[in-house]
Amino acid sequence: MDLTTFLSYCLTGISIGGIYALIAIGYTMVYGILRLINFAHGDIFMMAAYFMIFAMVDFMIPWYLSIVVVVIATVILGVVIEKVAYKPLRSAPRMSIMISAIGVSYLLQNTATYLFSALPKSYPSIDVLNKRITIGDVSTSLVTFITPIITIIAVILLLMLIKHTKVGMAMRAVSKDFETAQLMGIKINDIISITFVIGCFLAALGSILYFTPRPSVFPLSGSLPGLKCFIAAVFGGIGSIPGAVVGGFIIGLSETFIKAAGYSEFSDVFTFVLLVVVLMFRPTGLFGEKMAEKV
Amino acid sequence: MKRISGLLVIVMLLSVFAFGCGGGDDENTPVASGIAVEGDVINIGVFEPTTGENGGGGMQEVLGVRYANSLYPTVEINGTTYTIALKEVDNQSDKAAAVTAAQSLISQKVVAVIGSYGSGVSIAAGETFQSAGVPAVGCSCTNPQVTLGNDFYFRACFLDPFQGTVMANYAIDEGYTTAAVISQNGDDYSTGLAGFFKQAYESLGGTIVADETYQTNESDFNAILTSVKAADPDVIFCPSSINTATLILPQISANGIEATVLASDTWENAAIISDDAVGVVFSTFFDEKDESNPVAKEFVDGFKAYLNSDPQNITWNANTDTVAAVSALGYDSYMAIYHALEALDGKELETITSVDIRDALVDVSFDGVTGAIAFDENGDAIKDTAYLKTVTEESVNTKEFQFVKTQSVADMQ
Amino acid sequence: MTKKTKLICSVIAAAALIVLLICSYELTDSTSMLRSVLQLGAIYALAAVSMNLLNGVTGLFSLGQAGFMAVGAYTFAIFTIPVDKKAGVYYLYGVADGLADIALPSFVGLIIAGLMAAVLAAIIGAPVLRLKSDYFAIATLGFAEIVRILVASSPFNRITNGSLGLKAIPGFQDLFGFIPAYFVPFIVVALCIAFIVLLVRSSYGRAFKAIREDEIAAEAMGINLAKHKRMAFIISSFFAGISGALLAQFLGAVQSTTFPLAMTYNILLIVVIGGMGSTTGSIISAFLVTAAKEWWLRFLDVEHYIGDFKVPFMRTGFRMVVFSIILMVVVLFWRKGIMGNKEFSWDGLYNFFTGKKAKKAAKAAEGGSIVE
Repeated sequence: MDLTTFLSYCLTGISIGGIYALIAIGYTMVYGILRLINFAHGDIFMMAAYFMIFAMVDFMIPWYLSIVVVVIATVILGVVIEKVAYKPLRSAPRMSIMISAIGVSYLLQNTATYLFSALPKSYPSIDVLNKRITIGDVSTSLVTFITPIITIIAVILLLMLIKHTKVGMAMRAVSKDFETAQLMGIKINDIISITFVIGCFLAALGSILYFTPRPSVFPLSGSLPGLKCFIAAVFGGIGSIPGAVVGGFIIGLSETFIKAAGYSEFSDVFTFVLLVVVLMFRPTGLFGEKMAEKV
Repeated sequence: MKRISGLLVIVMLLSVFAFGCGGGDDENTPVASGIAVEGDVINIGVFEPTTGENGGGGMQEVLGVRYANSLYPTVEINGTTYTIALKEVDNQSDKAAAVTAAQSLISQKVVAVIGSYGSGVSIAAGETFQSAGVPAVGCSCTNPQVTLGNDFYFRACFLDPFQGTVMANYAIDEGYTTAAVISQNGDDYSTGLAGFFKQAYESLGGTIVADETYQTNESDFNAILTSVKAADPDVIFCPSSINTATLILPQISANGIEATVLASDTWENAAIISDDAVGVVFSTFFDEKDESNPVAKEFVDGFKAYLNSDPQNITWNANTDTVAAVSALGYDSYMAIYHALEALDGKELETITSVDIRDALVDVSFDGVTGAIAFDENGDAIKDTAYLKTVTEESVNTKEFQFVKTQSVADMQ
Repeated sequence: MTKKTKLICSVIAAAALIVLLICSYELTDSTSMLRSVLQLGAIYALAAVSMNLLNGVTGLFSLGQAGFMAVGAYTFAIFTIPVDKKAGVYYLYGVADGLADIALPSFVGLIIAGLMAAVLAAIIGAPVLRLKSDYFAIATLGFAEIVRILVASSPFNRITNGSLGLKAIPGFQDLFGFIPAYFVPFIVVALCIAFIVLLVRSSYGRAFKAIREDEIAAEAMGINLAKHKRMAFIISSFFAGISGALLAQFLGAVQSTTFPLAMTYNILLIVVIGGMGSTTGSIISAFLVTAAKEWWLRFLDVEHYIGDFKVPFMRTGFRMVVFSIILMVVVLFWRKGIMGNKEFSWDGLYNFFTGKKAKKAAKAAEGGSIVE
C-alpha cells in the first residue's frame, strides 16, 4: 500500500467515523437520561434526508436556508416522537419503551415507503460542500474533509453546554438519578425534551454531511448507519459523550482498514467481534461508568 | 420426582415421534389438481414486492401488468366472455413474508400468477404455487433456481448465467483485461451474477483484480472503492439493486476511479441517470427505442400515455415516463398468460383450471415486447439476446438511456 | 374450583383445541389462507415462547433470536436436502465432499438443528452472559448479525451455498401414515412448548423467575446464577433452533436475509404484545400478530372503489403503516399485553367472569410484579 492510498483510507475512515460519532451522541444522550435504546434514531436521520429533498427540490429553498429548515423539522419530529411514543410510558417497564421505539422505527420506515415510494430519491447537491480539494496526492471533496472538524467542534460545544450551563447540570443530575433529580425541582420533561432536541439536531447535521457525498435516499437508508452508530455508542460506553465520539471514530477507522486489508466481506463481523471483545474486558464499554450494584 | 417423570414422558413422546417420522419418510406429494375458474371471472395474481428493498422495481413491474390488463381485460373461451381480474399482493421483498403472500393469492382463487421482481422471493413462493397447481410467470427473476425443478414456474426473462456471460464477453470484446467485482453479501441475485461473470471472464482470459462485498442497505462504499482504485482495474462489474446503484456511482467518481462500470438489468431505471453515471454499460431485456419490433413500439407509446394519465404512476416510475424493462416484462408475462387462456378456446373443458392454463403455457408462442417468447423444458423463455445500454452526456438531459448494441448468446458459445 | 374440575376443564379445553385444529384441516381446502397462517403462527409461537423463556421468565434481555433461528434453519437444510437435489441447489459452487451423500430424516434434522443452536449458545454464553442487561442485549444482537453475515460469506460457499441460499428443503411429511403433514408443525410445537411449560413450573423455572426479580437476592437464596442463566440461554436457543428449522420446512428455502434483525424485533413484539413472562400470552399473540399482518390487513394494500368513489389512502404499503400504528397503540395503551405476566388459569377465567377482581388483584400483588 503506497502512502497516497493509505492517506485516502485514513481520510475515509475519519470522515465516516465523524458521522458515526455525531449520530452516536444522539443514542448515548437519550440512553444516559432515559435508559432507552432509541431504535428510531437511525430513521430520524433518514427522515432528515427526505426533509432536505423537500426543502431544496420541491420548495426550491436555497441551501443555507434549507439546512435551517431541515434542522428545525427534524428537531420537531424528534420531540413529537418523544411526547407521543415515550412520555406516556415513563413508568412502564423498560422493555415496553424499547418496543415503542421499535414501533416508531417501523412506522417511520413504512410511512416513508408509503409516501415517497421505495425507489431511491436523489439528494440535492450542495455545491459548496462538494467542491474538490487536493491535499498532496489525495483528492477529496470538501465535505469529507470538514466532517471530522464539524464533529469535533460540535462535541466541544456540547461538552461545554453540559459542564458549564444550568441546563447541562440538570441533565447530568437527571442521568445520575432520575427520581432524586425530580425531587430537587428539576423539570424532568423539559430536560428530556432538550436531550431529544440536541440528539435530533446532531442527527440532522450528520444527515447533511452523510448524504451529500452519498446522494441517494430510500426508506431503509437509516437502518444500517443507525445500527453502526448505536454500536459505536455502546463501544464507547453508552451514556458517555466522549465515549460515543471515540467509539464512532474507532468503528469508522477499523471497518475502513478491514476493507483495505481485502476482507470487505467480514468488516461488519469484525466490528461486532471487536464490540464483544471490548465488552468482555470492560463490561460497560470504554468510557462507561461502572454500574454500582444496588442491594 | 414429579419433574423427572414429566420430562421422561416428553422424551418418550419425542422418541415415538421419531419412530413415526422414520417410517413415514416416503415422498407421496399428491398431484396438484389446481384451482378452477368460478363464474365468469378469471383471477390472476400479481406477486410483487411493492415495499422493502426491491419495492421500487416491483412497482414498475406491477404498472406493466396493470397496463396490459387495461388493454386486454376480457378473454373469450368457448363462447363465454371472462373478465380478467388482477389480485395484487405485496411480498415485501422478504422471503418469510413471500410464502404467506403467495398463499393469500391462492386463497383468493387465482388461476395464474405473475411475478416476482427478485429471485429470492420467487424461489420461496415457488413451492406454494406448485403444490396448489397454479402456474406462475416470473417477470425479471433471473436466478436459475426459480424454474429449476418446478413445473409450474415460467419466466419471461433471460437468466443470470447468460447475463453474467454476456457482460464478461462485452468486457473482453472491448479490450478490458482486468476487472473488479463488487457484490452484495446475502443477496442471491448480486452474488450469483457476480459468480457467473467471474467464471466467464476468467475463462475468456481476463483477470479479476479485486473482489469486494458489502452488506444489505450499506450506503458508504468509500473504503472498498479505495481498494478498487488501488487495484486499478479496467472495468468494475457491479450487479446490485437500484438503491445501491444510485449510491455507488457518485462515490466511484468522487474517488476518481476511471474504470468503466458494468452492471446488470436492475440498473435500467431513470433514477441512476446523473453526471456520475456517464459511461456505465449494463445489459437489459428490452430497448424502448427499438423500432424494428412493432409490438414494442405500440407498447411504448401506449404505456407512456398510461403513465402520464395518473401522477401517482409517475411517482412510482421514478418521476419520469421512461419505460423500464421490467414494466415491459410485466406486460409480456401478462400476455403469456393471456395467450395461454386464448389457446384454451375450442378445447373441451368442463371447467377451466389452473392446471389447464399451465399446460397451455408450455406451448405458448407469441411476439412480445421483449422479443419472441416461448418456453423451454425448464419453463424459461428462450431468449438469446441481451440489449446493452449506456448513459451518455445526452442521457443526463433527456433522462433516457442510449442503446449500445445487442449481444446474443450465439456469438460466444 | 377444585383440582378435579380444573383437570376436567383442561382436558375438555385441550380436546376442543384439537377438534378445532382438525376442523381447520377438514373444513378447508389446501388453498386456504387459514392453514398457512395457523402453521406460521405455530412456528412463531415456538420462537416467541423460547424467547419469552429468556426475556420474560429469566429476565435476560436477548436480541439474538434470529441468529439462533438461522443456525437451526441452515443446519436443518444442510442435513435434509435430498441427495438427488443437491447438485441443483449448489449449482454454482458445488457441495462440500462430506455433505454430498447426507440426507437425514426430518425428525433427526430437527434435533440436530436444535442441538447446533444449543452448542453455539453454550460457546458464546460463557463470555456473553457475564454482561449486564443492555450490554447483554447488544452482544447477542451482534452475535445474530455475525451469524447472518457468516452463513452468506464465501468461505462457507460449499456448505451454506453462500449468498445464494438453500432450497429444496423437504416440507412437512405425513406421520405414521395417518396423521396428515398439515398437523406435524403443531405436534412439534406443542411438544416443545409443553416441555418449556414443565420447565418453567419446575424448581428450575422458579429459580429463573427469582433471577428475574432480583439477582442478588436470588444468589443469596443459594441459586447458582451462572449455571441457571446458562441453562436458560441454552434451552431457549435449542428451541429457537427448532423453530428456525420448522420455518425452513415451512418456507422450503432459506437465505441469510430470511433472518434479519427485523425478525428478532418481530418476535420480541409478539412476546411483548402477549405479555412479558407469560407463555400463554406469547402463544395467543403469535397467532394474532401473524394473522393480522399476513392475512386480515392485506385488504389495505389494494385500491378499493365503492361505486365510483375511490377509498382514500388505500394503496400499496398502507397495510404496514396501519400495522405499525396498531402496534404503537397496543404498546401505549395496553402496555401489559394480552396476559400481563400471568399464565392462563381456570381460576383466572372464573374470576374474570364472576367479577372477583379484588381477589385477583390481591393474588397478582402476592405473585410479585414484573421486573422494572
